[in-house]
Amino acid sequence: MRCEQGNIAWTVLVPVSTPPPSDQQAGVPLPLTLDLAAAATVWEATLARAKAGETIDASGVTRLDSAGAVLLLEAAAKGATLREPTDEAAVATLARMRTALESAPPAVPMPGIPFIPWLGTAVIGMGTSIRRRITFLGEVTLGSIVMAKHPWRLRRVEVFRHLSEAGTQAFGLCALLGGLLGLILAFQSSIPMRQYGAEIFIPNLVGISLLRELGGLIAAIILAGRSGSAFAAELGTMKVNEEIDALTTMGIDPLSWLVLPRILAATLVMPALAMIVSIAGLIGMALVMAGLGYGPLAVMNQLKQNLDVGDMAGGLFKAAIFGAVVGLIGCRSGLKAGSGPRAVGDAATGAVVSSIVAVVVLDGIFAVLFFRLGW
Amino acid sequence: MAPTVITAASVEKRFDERVIFRDVSFEVRRGEIFVILGGSGCGKSTLLKLLIGLLPPTSGEALVLGENLSTLKGAPRRAALARIGVMWQQGALLGSLNLTQNVALPMEQHTKLPPAARDALARAKLGLVGLGDAATRLPAEISGGMLKRAGIARAMALDPEILFLDEPSAGLDPITSAGLDQLITTLARETGTTFVVVTHELASILAIGDRCIMLDRDAQGMIAEGAPKELRDHSDNPTVRAFFRREVLH
Repeated sequence: MRCEQGNIAWTVLVPVSTPPPSDQQAGVPLPLTLDLAAAATVWEATLARAKAGETIDASGVTRLDSAGAVLLLEAAAKGATLREPTDEAAVATLARMRTALESAPPAVPMPGIPFIPWLGTAVIGMGTSIRRRITFLGEVTLGSIVMAKHPWRLRRVEVFRHLSEAGTQAFGLCALLGGLLGLILAFQSSIPMRQYGAEIFIPNLVGISLLRELGGLIAAIILAGRSGSAFAAELGTMKVNEEIDALTTMGIDPLSWLVLPRILAATLVMPALAMIVSIAGLIGMALVMAGLGYGPLAVMNQLKQNLDVGDMAGGLFKAAIFGAVVGLIGCRSGLKAGSGPRAVGDAATGAVVSSIVAVVVLDGIFAVLFFRLGW
Repeated sequence: MAPTVITAASVEKRFDERVIFRDVSFEVRRGEIFVILGGSGCGKSTLLKLLIGLLPPTSGEALVLGENLSTLKGAPRRAALARIGVMWQQGALLGSLNLTQNVALPMEQHTKLPPAARDALARAKLGLVGLGDAATRLPAEISGGMLKRAGIARAMALDPEILFLDEPSAGLDPITSAGLDQLITTLARETGTTFVVVTHELASILAIGDRCIMLDRDAQGMIAEGAPKELRDHSDNPTVRAFFRREVLH
């Protein structure tokens, strides 16, 4: 029904079988211009009326856009009787949106997967994932053996590039974090050691921690954050851009072309990074010792008495293994990247998280192994 | 004659010292399908970005619905942007949202429609471009042609007065491309929306264009304006003739 008051005109919801109601009973008026803004203001009230089975009289609507048309159609779908617009353009809009809505029914919620099939799917998925990781490790091992037999095939330029990016450019960060770590360790150790008058043994404690454990561990975490993620992002982008497919179709093995140089560089650079972290840590510790009244000579003497080359060699060996693992995980994450805009980010995140977890787990295994072997 | 909705007056764009185009002037009238055409690297997409306010002109002025979008700020800019829609070359749908959520996104930002209303309207828009059965799919799960259709649905979310389409049929097979052209002409006829289409696909230009301008890299500007078939059959410009007749210029 069309109502007018001054310059304002509107149509009202009218019950089907009753005569036109008074203004008080009229309910929510439908604006004569039923566009997006107007539809937003009357949407919920109109649908509430529709659910009650009332008639929606849109016969006076003179301007109808897609939002207004969808409102009328939704109201009709909810049970209202619709008096359609008579305006020619509005009729066309309503017909167009009716066809469009009919071809796009509301989504049916997916039924949940029962527990047993869900569990089975999860276990199979986990098994497949482990199998793929082992396969990749096997491929890299075989590729390394082949490369060792034909070393001229290795792209030395790529190895040097990654050595520079993972090593030279990480020097400052490793020195900073190592120095701070040594300083913090020494400072925190001094508090309980002082109670027993054993501050002179702080170099023993910090020295062994840094050379055997923390130097390699911190360097590996830095490598995972800087280079592991970069490997994954770079290879992931190449995968998304089909560059890896292009290499394959040119008869070039992506493994020897892209993966082995990165893993080799990560393996070679890690002992150097671990050494930088350790030395910077020892310098940090020496600074704290100086503050406690022990000069560099005393610190050096303590270190010499309690540390030997074996401690350093064990730490550097572990660092090299950590480097290989970080490189391996970074490259695998990149190569298994999916498609779409999130793929590269997911690959980089996965590389960092997996690398750090793997390095810590490996460190634990090495700790037990070295203890058993008496190293 | 229908009113003018876009006016470009002596527009010039340079990146540092490199001139992309200069002295580009044209008008677009309400309800027409206006094509910006030209070879690769002639500045078609730059002109589009300039019209929609993503790039400022180096000199001259481009008005869309009476507003210079590159200088507008704040609420007036948001209001002006709600009156236009843009479909990007690759669809530019957000990968983490399904098609319905992508189409509902502008409604969420610009209207007070309740969530159920946005959902229904988004589904209707998807139905309008023939993607009613793909409403819950993610962009990564659909083909290139479907991505472009979904891009049009999102661009149409707010019933814009002008729709800008960047290379709508690039990279599509001829059948899908023809289907998209048909969709554009149908929408223009039924909704009265003005379309500004950037393309170099000859078949599309002839199928959908009411009027066009042609940009040329060597001329650093506009070399022709008129109805596509008119230019194809009667242009004296050798570049225009070569473009429409797929000839090699010597």
